[in-house]
Amino acid sequence: MNSSPLLQCNDVRKSFPKPDGAELLVLEGMNLELREGQIVGLLGRSGSGKSTLLRLIAGLSEPSAGNLRYLGRPINGPASGIAMVFQSFALFPWLTVFENVALGLEAQRMPRAEIRKRSLAAIDLIGLDGFESAYPRELSGGMRQRVGFARALVVHPIILLMDEPFSALDVLTAETLRTDFLDLWSEGRMPIKGVILVTHNIEEAVLMCDRILVFGSNPGRILSEIKVTLPQPRNRLDPSFRELVEKIYVDMTARPSGGGPGRQERFPGLGIGSVLPQVSSNLLAGLLEAVAAAPFNGTADLPKIASDLQMEIDELFPVAETLQMLRFAELEGGDLKLTEDGLAFANAGFDERKRIFMRHLLSYVPLAAHIRRVLDERASHSARKSRFIDELEDFMNEEAAEQTLRAVVSWGRYAEAFAYDDENAMFSLENPT
Amino acid sequence: MNRFAPYVFLRDLASRWDVLAFIVVLGLIAFLGETSRGLFAPLAQLAQTPLSLDPIHLPEYAARTTFRMLAALALSLLFTLTYATWAAKSERAGKLLVPILDILQSVPILGFISITVVFFMSLAPGRVLGAEFAAIFAIFTSQAWNMAFSFYQSLRTIPLELMEAAESFRLSPWMRFWQLEVPFGMPALIWNMMMSMSGGWFFVVASESISVGHTTVALPGVGSYIALAIEQKNLEAIGWAIATMLIVILLYDQLLFRPLVAWVDRFRVEQEPGVRVPDSWALTMMRRSRLIQAATVAFHAAVLWTSRAVKRTDAVTPPTQDAPKRSLDLLWVSLIVAAVVLGLWHIVAVLVKNTPLHEALQVCGLATLTMLRVFILIALASLIWVPIGVWVGMRPTAAQIVQPIAQFMAAFPANLLFPIAVYGIVKWKLNPDIFLSPLMILGTQWYILFNVIAGASAIPAEMRYAAANFRVTGWLWWRKVALPAVLPFYVTGAITASGGSWNAAIVAELATWGDTQVQARGLGSYIAEATTAGDFHRIVLGIATMSLFVVIINRLFWRPLYYYAERKYRLT
Repeated sequence: MNSSPLLQCNDVRKSFPKPDGAELLVLEGMNLELREGQIVGLLGRSGSGKSTLLRLIAGLSEPSAGNLRYLGRPINGPASGIAMVFQSFALFPWLTVFENVALGLEAQRMPRAEIRKRSLAAIDLIGLDGFESAYPRELSGGMRQRVGFARALVVHPIILLMDEPFSALDVLTAETLRTDFLDLWSEGRMPIKGVILVTHNIEEAVLMCDRILVFGSNPGRILSEIKVTLPQPRNRLDPSFRELVEKIYVDMTARPSGGGPGRQERFPGLGIGSVLPQVSSNLLAGLLEAVAAAPFNGTADLPKIASDLQMEIDELFPVAETLQMLRFAELEGGDLKLTEDGLAFANAGFDERKRIFMRHLLSYVPLAAHIRRVLDERASHSARKSRFIDELEDFMNEEAAEQTLRAVVSWGRYAEAFAYDDENAMFSLENPT
Repeated sequence: MNRFAPYVFLRDLASRWDVLAFIVVLGLIAFLGETSRGLFAPLAQLAQTPLSLDPIHLPEYAARTTFRMLAALALSLLFTLTYATWAAKSERAGKLLVPILDILQSVPILGFISITVVFFMSLAPGRVLGAEFAAIFAIFTSQAWNMAFSFYQSLRTIPLELMEAAESFRLSPWMRFWQLEVPFGMPALIWNMMMSMSGGWFFVVASESISVGHTTVALPGVGSYIALAIEQKNLEAIGWAIATMLIVILLYDQLLFRPLVAWVDRFRVEQEPGVRVPDSWALTMMRRSRLIQAATVAFHAAVLWTSRAVKRTDAVTPPTQDAPKRSLDLLWVSLIVAAVVLGLWHIVAVLVKNTPLHEALQVCGLATLTMLRVFILIALASLIWVPIGVWVGMRPTAAQIVQPIAQFMAAFPANLLFPIAVYGIVKWKLNPDIFLSPLMILGTQWYILFNVIAGASAIPAEMRYAAANFRVTGWLWWRKVALPAVLPFYVTGAITASGGSWNAAIVAELATWGDTQVQARGLGSYIAEATTAGDFHRIVLGIATMSLFVVIINRLFWRPLYYYAERKYRLT
């Protein structure tokens, strides 16, 4: 292993200006080092800033503070030795496979013959032989992402950045592509010396990476770093593989070291100004039922239930956390444990469920309680949506305010705590219980 | 979404910019008018070989007319690629350029032709050339704004990952423009180009032969041929002209636009499911021809060659510092303020000074009359075409036959048919206030029809099965299923039809047959009369009023309706 790192991030911080002049912090205290021969995984949920970090490394945006160095030189703008593979492939639909691959070399004004030679070699390497003159739309998702890989490799990058490259593919295709990539990597047939992989799939991270950085949200930061020393090729059913997956689940649901209750972690402040996730009442009820039923009987191991329900952490975590916020469940040590009311809800009938939900909604979601109080106090029993949006925007940006209000509307409707008329943007007590 | 809409709306335009843009545009028009008036006197009769009504000349005339179309198309393309790019790339410029475009879409350039004719004729030393420029400019104005809008919107909606890919592979700005931005905007641009053709044909017919005061300009072309036929009351010649135009448009469609639309399909980033891949025999032919293939390869090589030739800036532009940016902003704002003041001054100078209050009131009254006509006609056309469109749209085989016909009818310049109607009105002594009105919508009603057809064919099969399953039939079916489903499409069509009708009013409300003149009271005939009289301040007053009406109706009626329909009834 070489002594000098390929890439270094020191105390990187990124924030975006909010319309009111304040700043929205998305990434803080990022320290990262990529050494030769390593695949480093950035694992986290959407909104944890892992893609933002990847774009900083790619030179597509600039950090607000801290510095990034590639081979010891500061990164300002896209560097020639760093290439990227995109989640949605980002192929140019009007160019053929060959032209797409050649584009990066074309931009470097390489001699025509050289472009041809290298492009064909990359196409060959990645298994696209015979598809040179096809247009992307004629290809399946897996083949398209192969073009994405060929396009990145053809410029002979030192570092390959991958932004959830397999998440838009079906399970089988993704697995084939992963295996092919790992084969090329371990056989040293690619020019790349280091890889950074952004993913929200825990198993994918354990399968591919030598080091995993687990990201937390609000603001995005590194929660923990995990070294994976299992030999390649790795086996998903291997007990030590399972153990690592379990450990990451624990890390990701851990309470912060500060001591306070775990729910503070993902719902900071928990006043009326906390951002609420959009999780439908059906999902909440569904997860409650699944955990209450056998074989879990009230306490579910997260990796187990994730694979049982075929949910990725990006889907599972928001639901589990909402249950936690509503005090229907506790999330700790990689387990989801139902509370008494959570169990009662799972076993209750239709109307009883609504009553329990209403009680918890008004007790534990301050925004819902606030809306209900305003409606109760007014003689007209109605209020404009803009009134609450304005209040929320003191705490969050416009988009988050809209999303939060949509979430609370959907829960309020289910609980029949209040009604909402989208046409006129009015809250009312039209059908109170 | 806007595939059938030459008139493009933009969300979230700051309204004060609209006001500024309006003033700047009107100021420019007033300025042009003023300049033209000064240059008006020395113009004498154009000595040309006189036009002949012998049909033998029609192929030549048709060729001249087509050439004007092509020239205008090329100009519009050039304008689009520069203006829209500038507006999209520079936030500062975009703030003004975009609202200006929006206002320009609403200015009835048809009434303005007289001014442009005189203006261009005074600019060009060879007078025929000047008149040619004016005609080409008139066609240009019927396409350029829509095309620029469409390209602007495309530039603003390029998927982020494609932009990032281009950036991370370090494409130079020039290369990015030709390899990413232009191809991405191409499908919408071509579609808009095709859809604005109808306006183009309409304008070329209207602008080839124009009388301003004592000056008559008659460029050899189908439009002048028609004008002469009207003057000589020659119905047979009019029939010939119509037949010629039908053939020309058919050829234009088959040889230029069908191939373009089929070809541009490859540039679509996402293939909408259920959209039939367009085919074109002409494109197939071209693709198989070695010559054309060689030309395409050469063009591609040229694009790559220029990418190499144009100097590449390796350094990424650093974020501009605050201080110079602020002073630049200040400069920019003061420039705009200066333009607005100038515009205001011209408006005041040209309009207010020369316009007594009673005339202003009279013009507003006339505009209201025309507005009433447009709304009633749209309503009538809707009553007829919406049920037919739904019926056709639900039957794929019928739709395949009717849709191209409707599009073709929309492209056909309706003003060619005016003489026949006028002949009837004169012959049977009909009331022109009523019977001239349908001419306004003659050419634009087709937009309603083919948009509704498109909407009805887009109703998902499952929704129709569900309706049938619950035995939703009769009026209930229309009310709850068909009409809501086609509403967004209908509104798009109605907006286009309404805009076109305002424009058509200028030629429809005042018509002649030989030396007989029939006139309907309205703003259109006011402008037309002022044009014949060469009275520039009345022309400007008329156009300003019409623009104002169109803009206000768009803002207060069509745009809210459009967003309401999009939000509530768009099936996604």
